[in-house]
Formats: sequence, C-alpha cells, structure tokens
Amino acid sequence: MAQPLVKKDDDRDDEEYSPFLGIEKGAVLQEARVFNDPQLDARRCSQVITKLLYLLNQGETFTKIEATEVFFSVTKLFQSRDIGLRRMVYLMIKELSPSADEVIIVTSSLMKDMNSKTDMYRANAIRVLCRITDGTLLTQIERYLKQAIVDKNPVVASAALVSGIHLLQTNPEIVKRWSNEVQEAVQSRAALVQFHALALLHQIRQNDRLAVSKLVTSLTRGSVRSPLAQCLLIRYTSQVIRESASNTQTGDRPFYDFLEGCLRHKAEMVIFEAARAITELNGVTTRELTPAITVLQLFLSSSKPVLRFAAVRTLNKVAMTHPMAVTNCNIDMESLISDQNRSIATLAITTLLKTGNESSVDRLMKQITNFMSDIADEFKIVVVEAIRSLCLKFPLKYRSLMNFLSNILREEGGFEYKKAIVDSIVILIRDIPDAKEGGLLHLCEFIEDCEFTYLSTQILHFLGIEGPKTSDPSKYIRYIYNRVHLENATVRASAVSTLAKFGAMVDSLKPRIFVLLRRCLYDSDDEVRDRATLYLNTLGGEGEVVETDKDAKEFLFGSLDVPLVNLETSLKAYVPSEEPFDIHSVPKEVKTQPLVEKKAPGKKPAGLGAPPSGPATTVDAYERLLSSVPEFSNFGKVFKSSAPVELTEAETEYAVNVVKHIFDRHVVFQYNCTNTIPEQLLENVIVIVDASDAEEFSEVASKPLRSLPYDSPGQTFVAFEKPEGVPAVGKFSNMLRFIVREVDPSTGEPEDDGVEDEYQLEDLEVVSADYVLKVGVSNFRNAWESMDPDDEKVDEYGLGPRENLTEAVNAVISLLGMQPCEGTEVVPSNSRSHTCLLSGVYIGNVKVLVRLQFGIDSQKEVAMKLAVRSDDVAVSEAIHDIVASG
Amino acid sequence: MANFFSSRDSCPAVKNILLLDSEGKRVVVKYYSDEWPTNSAKLAFEKSLFTKTLKSNARVEEITMFDDNIVIYKFVQDLHFYVTGGDEDNELILASVLQGFFDAVALLLRNTVDKREALENLDLIYLCLDEIVDQGMILETDTSVIAGKVAIQSLDAGAPLSEQTISQALATAREHLARTLLK
Repeated sequence: MAQPLVKKDDDRDDEEYSPFLGIEKGAVLQEARVFNDPQLDARRCSQVITKLLYLLNQGETFTKIEATEVFFSVTKLFQSRDIGLRRMVYLMIKELSPSADEVIIVTSSLMKDMNSKTDMYRANAIRVLCRITDGTLLTQIERYLKQAIVDKNPVVASAALVSGIHLLQTNPEIVKRWSNEVQEAVQSRAALVQFHALALLHQIRQNDRLAVSKLVTSLTRGSVRSPLAQCLLIRYTSQVIRESASNTQTGDRPFYDFLEGCLRHKAEMVIFEAARAITELNGVTTRELTPAITVLQLFLSSSKPVLRFAAVRTLNKVAMTHPMAVTNCNIDMESLISDQNRSIATLAITTLLKTGNESSVDRLMKQITNFMSDIADEFKIVVVEAIRSLCLKFPLKYRSLMNFLSNILREEGGFEYKKAIVDSIVILIRDIPDAKEGGLLHLCEFIEDCEFTYLSTQILHFLGIEGPKTSDPSKYIRYIYNRVHLENATVRASAVSTLAKFGAMVDSLKPRIFVLLRRCLYDSDDEVRDRATLYLNTLGGEGEVVETDKDAKEFLFGSLDVPLVNLETSLKAYVPSEEPFDIHSVPKEVKTQPLVEKKAPGKKPAGLGAPPSGPATTVDAYERLLSSVPEFSNFGKVFKSSAPVELTEAETEYAVNVVKHIFDRHVVFQYNCTNTIPEQLLENVIVIVDASDAEEFSEVASKPLRSLPYDSPGQTFVAFEKPEGVPAVGKFSNMLRFIVREVDPSTGEPEDDGVEDEYQLEDLEVVSADYVLKVGVSNFRNAWESMDPDDEKVDEYGLGPRENLTEAVNAVISLLGMQPCEGTEVVPSNSRSHTCLLSGVYIGNVKVLVRLQFGIDSQKEVAMKLAVRSDDVAVSEAIHDIVASG
Repeated sequence: MANFFSSRDSCPAVKNILLLDSEGKRVVVKYYSDEWPTNSAKLAFEKSLFTKTLKSNARVEEITMFDDNIVIYKFVQDLHFYVTGGDEDNELILASVLQGFFDAVALLLRNTVDKREALENLDLIYLCLDEIVDQGMILETDTSVIAGKVAIQSLDAGAPLSEQTISQALATAREHLARTLLK
C-alpha cells in the first residue's frame, strides 16, 4: 500500500520533503529491534513507534506474526520512565488490538499505571486497559474503575466514564453496578465529566422509562454546566416528552418551558439543539414553534456557514409540515440563494419552494434558473423534486414550471438527474390535464436526442398510453417512428409496441400504422420482428379502418393481474411438459412491507417505471426453504405464511421467532433461531412442541438444526397434520432443546464435549386469521355486487367499550387478517360511525368480502354490523364464527 | 462499536476525523465507525469527499452533506481537516470537535500549520486525536486542554526543567492568551 505512494512522491518533485519518504515496512520492523536494547533510547523508540503508526495509518497491515512480534517488543518499553514514550506505547497497544493471551502480558503493567501517582498515566492506562480487556479481567479491575469515576481529576474521571460507555455494549451487567458512582459524577464541576457521566447514566437506564423521566425531572431543575451535557439533556427531555405524548391535548406540554429556556442559553450548540427539539415535537403548535423559529432566523444571517446550514436545514424540515410558520424567514432565505456554500443555497431554495405562494413563483423561477447552472447534479435533483411538488400545489402555474423543466431537460446532466426531470413531467401530465399535450411534446423532443435507453423506453411506453387519448394523436407518430430508424434494438422494440397501441386505440390511424409495422418485419433484431408480427396479427382487419376487437385491446392494455415477481418465480419453476403453463397457478398474494414504507416517508409519488414494490421476496425465500426439506414435499402448496412472531424477549441469550406456514392438511412452524452468545456453539437444535392444547393437530415431522454458531441465524422446523380445509386453531407451548459447546473466543475452536440444555420459549397460537389471505380488490363495489346477495350473512355484535373507533376497526381487521380496501381502514378523527371494507381469500381458495359498519355511543360502547359475502355460505359462516369467538 | 453508533439516538458521535494534504492523500486519518470496513472503502470515501470539497475555500469551518453524513471541514495551507458525523447529529457539536482539533494542532505546531510541519510532529497529532475522541465518543473539545495534555507529555519527565522549556512554555501560554483575547 505504501509502496506505490512513495514511488509517486519520488517521481513528482524532489522538493517536497517528508520525514517518511521511502518508508518501508520491513525496514521499520527491523528498526523496532531497538525496543529490546538494554539501554533504551526513549527518543529513538518514540520515533520508531511513530513510523509504525504511520504505516498502519496509511493502510499497511501487519501479519499475525509481525503484529505479535511488535507487540512483545513494545511491552518491553514499560521499563522506560519517559512520559512521552509511555504515551506512544499506549497508542501502539490500542492500535495493535492484541489477542486475549497477549493482553495478559501487559495487564500488570497497565494496572500499575492505573494506580500511579501521575494522573496522565492513570487516565490513559484506564482507557487502554478497558479497550483491550475482556469480561473476566474487568471484574478484577472493577474496583479501581469505580474509584476512578469519582476521582477528583477530571481527566481520570472522564477516561473511566467513557470507557464505561463502551464497555456497556459488551459487559452491561458489570457497568450497571456503577450507577451510584456515575450519578455522583453527574454533579461534577468539570464540564466534560458531567457530559460523559450523563451519557453513561442515561445508557444504563435507557430501558427504564420511569428512571429516565426522573433523571430528566431532577436535572432540568438543577443547573447543568456543560453545553454538551445540556445538549444531551435536551435530547433526553424530548424523548420523555415523546413517550408521555398522551396527555398533550390538555394545555401545556410538560418540559416545554425547559426547552424554551434553553433557547436563551449562551452556547449556540445548546440554542440550536433546543430549537431543533421544539420543531420536532409531535403535533407542535404554532405558538410553541414561534420562539424556536425566531432563533433559527437569527442564525440564518450568521457569518458562520455551519450555523447557517444547521438553521436552514432545520427550517427546511419544518416547512414540510408547517410552511406558514417559516414564511417569516423568506427574506433571509432569499439572500441565501447566493450563498457561497451550495448546500446552504440548495436548502434555501427548496425551503422557499415549499413556503412560496402563487404570486412569488415566477420571481423564484427566475432566480433558480441562474442558480441551476452552477450546482452539482445531486442538488439539481432536490430542486427538481421541490418544483414538482410546487407545481402540484399551484396547478395554474404549470406553464412556467413545465417550461422550466423542459429547459433543464435539454441541458447536460447525468441519468439520475434526467430521470428526476422526466418523472416530474410525467407526474404533472397525469395530475394536471391542461399540461398533458405540452408535456407529451416535451417528452417527444427529449427522446429525439436521449442517450439513456431506459428513459427512452419508459417514455415510449407512457406515450403509448397517453398519446392516443389526446386531441391529435397523429402528431406523435413521427417521433415514435423515428426511434425505429435511429435507435438500438431495445428502444426499437418498445417503439413498435407504442405504435401498435396507437393503432389499436385510434381506428382512423390504423391503416397508416399497419404500413409502419410491416416495415418493421425486416428489422435486424428478432425481438423487434416478433413484436411487429404479433401486433399485426392481433390488430387484425388487414389494415382497414375498423374497430379493434375487445380481446385484442385487453391483450394490449390490460394489466397483468399477478405480481411480476411471482410470475417470474413460477416461470422459472415451470418444467417443460405436456401440460401448458397456467397463469392461474401463479400466487397472487402481495406481501406488504409497511415497515419499509414507514421508514421512507419522503418517498414521492413514483413516476415512470415505478419500481415494483419489491414484495414476494419473502414468499420466495420461504418457498425455497420449505422445498429444501424433503419431509414437507408432499404437503402441497403453501396457502399462507404468517409474519414472524417473536417467541423471546429482546436481548436474551437466544432470539427465536416463528413463521407459521399453512398448508391444506398441514401446518409447519419455522423457528428462526439466533445465538447471541459468542462463547457458545449450539448443536442439534430442536423445538419441542407441546400440542396438548391443540387437539386437532398431531405432530408428523420435525427437522432439527445441526449447528447454530454465534450470530448466524438458522432454522428448525416442526410439522403438524390437521383436518383438511378446516381452520383448526390451538395453542402450542415451545421448548428449545440443544447441546451447548463452549467456544474458546481467542481461537474460535469449540470444545469437544457438549452439554444438553433447554430454554423455555413463549407460547404460540394458530388463529383463524392464519387461514385468510390478504388479497385486495380494485373495485370493491363491483366485486360486492357481483356476488350473490342471497348468500349474504349479516349479524350484529357489541364490541364493548373502546378508546375510539380506530382501535375497534384495527382490532377487527387484525382478528380477521383480511386486506382493507379503498383506504377504509383509516377512521377520520372524532367520527361516530364508520364503514370499513375488507377482502381476502379463505383457505380452499374461496373469495370473501366483508363490509363492517361501526358505531360508537357516548359511553364509548362500540357496536358493529358485519355483512359477509362469499362464494361459499359455509365460509361466510366461518367468518362470523371468527368474530363471535374473538 | 457498531452498537454505539446505532443506539446513538441520544449521544453525539464522531464517525471519523481526517487530515488530508492538498492532493487528498492521507496525513492522518482516524475512523471510529465501521461504516467503512475496508481500507479501500476508506480511501474511496476520502477521495470523493476531497473532490467534492476541493473547490470551496474553507478558511472558516465549512459544512456539507455527504452520503447521508454531515462533514465539517476547514483548509489551511496544504492541509485539509475533516470531521464526519451522522446526518441526525447537531452540526454545531461536530463543528466544535473540528475546531478543537484544528486549534490544538495549530497550537502544537506553533501556528505553522502545513503538511511538512505536521509530518515532522506526527506523534503530537496522533496524541492530539487520541485526546479528542475515544472510539467515536467526544472526549474533549477545549483547545488548551487538548494541547496541554499532549504537550505535557512531549516534555521529558526525567530531565530537570531547563531554561529553554520554561521559556517555551511561557511562549505557548502567551500565544494562547493572545489568541483567546483576539477571538
């Protein structure tokens, strides 16, 4: 690594001087022999250590043997009493991160230093020792560490506290015993000690809400001196406010006064921390926001870029939820557009775009046009997205915004940037009817000179859908047909498809399209030829002006009613045989992934080629897993796989969750186990299931997990037989049984003999909802009316007192395990009645639709009317049974 | 260490501190987060960060967003100082770390802050970093305290205090006093 670097230095110029010129690992390792001299030369030794550190820092690595050798000779240097050298020795030891048996060599030296009279030795020895130590050694030095925490020298106390923060990750039970000392250190007069003590104390107590709340209550009254500690306190306070969120409706928020008081603190970092905390409060009111916005506004005109950035970034976030609160800062923001720091300028622009009103749009666009030419693509994308949302907000202004977008589309730019612009134009076309024709022409012009195949094909596809519906479809044909001459095969093929769509939709254009398509029959690429042939045949009518028949239209424009990912898996699994591939065998269930969506709240409405919301991957994975077990091969197809249910608490030795796979006549429990103890290897892991509370089930097979090493999850399975097609329910108790083998942490080798052990898991239930698939319908009303009203089963239920309707609706949805349709799972706040529509597929592939009507009275008693329609009356009754027994 | 960064909802943390030269090559780098597991990942980060910030004239602390991280930076002569933190962190706290680092280095190098001087006194810079951040946790940000801790140890404990060391110490103290007054 160092080699080429040095060579370059040599060639470039001899004038640049470096003490490390021509440095080489081998030579330095030779030099390190001076550490073994009986007469130590401290200065020389320090220099050699510096060189070693330099090598490591440049990315050079030492082999195991080299590192051990260096480590042992470095330990000799503890003989020297030179303070500077000792510091370098500490650094070197930390850098080498010695193995357990090597640590023993230096332990005594470090422990001696830990009790030395020199504070500097003590502080550093603590940090080194805690860095390299393991649990057993820690108990030996615990006593000293506790003393060090309350040491009167702040450097020593900080060293012990910071080490505690790191040790808490690996040895929590030991560090938790230091609470009293840490609490004392929180009162320290030294600023940094207070900061470190508060951080550690909070981490010790973070799982205990009450304790954190008490801590905050006592400290917000007292005086915390250190600005850093004050910042921490603000974070903890907002955490407490978040968790006690329920009582906010009534008047004042607890601790708000404290946060507001911090806005007058003398340290800028505290002021900012408090202002940000206020803006992030749940359901913050304008009155609460105002003081925070005022200080942020002051920061906007600061001379320090960091302060301006921090303020504008926070205001930008506020503008998403409370645009009106930020408008006061607009003048300051506008002056930031010309800020030297482009990050600040971009944030200012996007904030302005969010807060601007209709009349200021034109002025803003003028300013932005100048600005766009000198910023990087990543900033431009941000601006484009802001403009898109502005345009959706003020549809009347579409003309100037669309012009802006088409102008920047013509300029230079990378793929991501162009894609952002195209996506924006597409969304505007969809949402603003007036913008359609103009927008489509902009896109047509763009594909005339577009270097990105992906964008060309996406635009062509979009043209095929939207183009035929315009007043004069013929004017787009030229642009599309040009593609057939000028582009690569992929684009040509998609241009052929687009032409065919025009032909199918616009009967008057059909003869001309036929001529064009026939020419494509001689294309050099077979995909292009195939498509042309296919379309010529499906459109029919031999190129006369006739109406295209319904089937062909359906074929061309109908959407595929199965998820593409599922189709792909099925096609891959299909073995060529007498039996043709049946599209109806493709599973239709779309696994929703609400967690992922929640994490990305800023996700914009997807434009062209919206990424297929990558579900089905778990379905896939499960199928692959299950098919790997021969015992399960005759169970048939999985009807439904449940979401994982945790069977252990968080942070226990072994983490186990279970997935329930429902088959027609069987149920398979898939236990996902993780071993969280590095010193253990588990073998022959199996879950012993007691099904005495589930009479209809009988165990037929189980598959143990041969070995479960640390931190690499594995699966064990247990299979049960149950009556066919019957939604049998029951409760199962689980016991994890395994053989433990101790693992030597230094070598990673397990010991020879293991011990059998058991671990109690939580119970597991198979419930009725496991037999219902979440399958949505696009038009509930149509689907509902297409089912026989005579088979409808209606009944009324009392649900007892509930907090509100939302709670009742959610309870019933999760009980039934069905898919809410048309957004009816959302109950408007404070409403007294609500109708919720559900759809699903019951085991045996029976489609079920449910209409729920809720009402709540003044005593919060909830009543529900349940109407079920399905192809099978028995299934409708089963649904009623679920509700009646739930 | 990974835990420390993920459970860091409550505690400010530094992901790395970089000191690069005017061509983007390492003088000293220190990584505390395992976001960049290999040396090549680190080098790639340094290279793109360097290229991105190259054009700015960061005489005072500048700031940018980079790969979902906040980077505070400052350039002097042929040295580029960087401090990286997570994008949810308080920018001003990170800035105080950079300021502490920069000023301490300036103090230790007696205001001749350039690459040559830094390489000559590389041991001091290593010690300085060691006193500022410990595995991502901020240890100290006060310039004079940091420089003080490093400087004490660069004196030879065994030797008696000579005339020269006293005058050196006085010079340092005077210099620092002047700087604090000027602020």
